[in-house]
Amino acid sequence: MLIGKPNDIPSSEITPRDSYLKRREFIGKTARGLIVAAAAPSTLLACDRANGKAAGGSAAAEQEELTPYEHVTTYNNFYEFGVGKEDPSELAHRFNPSPWTVEIGGLVNNPGEYHLEDFLKPHAIEDRTYRLRCVEAWSMVIPWQGIPLADVLNRAGPRPGAEFVELTTVFRPSEMPGQRRGFIDWPYVEGLRLDEAMHPLTILATGLYGEELPNQNGAPLRLVVPWKYGFKSIKSIVRIRLIDHMPVNTWKQMQPSEYGFYANVNPNVDHPRWSQARERRIGELGRRPTLMFNGYGDQVAHLYEGMDLSRWY
Amino acid sequence: MNRRRRVWGLKAGVWALGLFPLARVGWWVRDGLIGLGANPIEKVLLHSGWWTLTLLMAALAVTPLRRITGWNELVKLRRPMGLFAFFWATIHFGVYIGLDQFFEWTFIWEDIAERPFITVGFAAWLILLALALTSTRGWIRRLGKRWTLLHRGVYLAGLLGVIHFYWRVKADTREPLIFGAVFVALMALRMQWTKRRAKGR
Repeated sequence: MLIGKPNDIPSSEITPRDSYLKRREFIGKTARGLIVAAAAPSTLLACDRANGKAAGGSAAAEQEELTPYEHVTTYNNFYEFGVGKEDPSELAHRFNPSPWTVEIGGLVNNPGEYHLEDFLKPHAIEDRTYRLRCVEAWSMVIPWQGIPLADVLNRAGPRPGAEFVELTTVFRPSEMPGQRRGFIDWPYVEGLRLDEAMHPLTILATGLYGEELPNQNGAPLRLVVPWKYGFKSIKSIVRIRLIDHMPVNTWKQMQPSEYGFYANVNPNVDHPRWSQARERRIGELGRRPTLMFNGYGDQVAHLYEGMDLSRWY
Repeated sequence: MNRRRRVWGLKAGVWALGLFPLARVGWWVRDGLIGLGANPIEKVLLHSGWWTLTLLMAALAVTPLRRITGWNELVKLRRPMGLFAFFWATIHFGVYIGLDQFFEWTFIWEDIAERPFITVGFAAWLILLALALTSTRGWIRRLGKRWTLLHRGVYLAGLLGVIHFYWRVKADTREPLIFGAVFVALMALRMQWTKRRAKGR
């Protein structure tokens, strides 16, 4: 079900959503049993799982359980709709992701503004199951559908001097109540170094669990960069620009002492206010050790050779 | 109105307030653990922490309310209200130790020592523990004048609790600031009255 490299898993192997909804019931029932068992710390399953299976690289991902659809779509950080985890799923019905326009621009040979359908047409939608690790120290495993960002950028034709990609979320306070508050300088902006953007793991996702992206998950188009903290995976994208300087991403702008540009998952570099050494996998009771680069180190570590990651956090 | 009835009614109100958060959790889990959402531990931590602060503010509001209404029997509400605040603070701390950190004492000590928001939270709980343990009539007698001095610690606990919340939130400081404003208002009222008393009015 999970992949170490792109294009390994045909969509026929993705288990239908219904089976996963049944799995949620099972988890609910066993979780109640686990609460009782929690009094005896050494017996916890999650600890065993953490020590045994997740220790490896992205190859170990094959043994991980998918996060139930219900959790993926009701536990979201999407401050455009509100700061509560349940705000996006409760308020996202106000949002209309269609029609949608994506603008490609900056240092490219073929800039343009596209209707989403035309934007996606030349590309084959792929299945990608990735771990997603939030900077708050929780994580999920999500079966995405999407296209490689590299294909989009190559189509646009980067010009010499293009070193970074800047992505921007829609600004629509009429449908996104959180954007009426000024504690964030809207719209949300994120960015990647060009080699990170061109990496085969980086995708623009259009769906999850075989369905169109729910509004609360960043409909209709979002980024997924699985080896970085979740806030890099910008949602509801309207603009992609190639530029020659490092863009100022929103969380870095808000709190530069806590959030940087690179935001690589790194158990050795703590957030100033909490440790990043362990995380809670949503659906599990205990905490598990956090993996360097979220377990994708064998594919991305080379991008950061020679960099002091405690400085470039 | 019959004084005894009023006291009984107010005490019942305190118990209702103190147990309401428990009822709320019961309501959430009526269909199973899924009622607590994707991250039940986080939800219970937030819920218990919020109610600790709310009950603490309510406890701090008793004396100002007593002065304004002139109902001296309100003084009987301070102990149950304070103990409920301690109850929820202990639930909050217990969930953190037992469910969030699974009794992993190395990580817990590291947190308390290295994360300022946890340091102040732990300090606030220790103060409330001391106040809870000395809340009995026996201890009031034993400590005499020092009891009042010790129990002024509730102001510090309130302040540390607000700071704990403020330092914990990621970016949205609205709620901690509201608690802070309530705390400052309650303290300002007290300081005004103390000043008046000092002037001999």
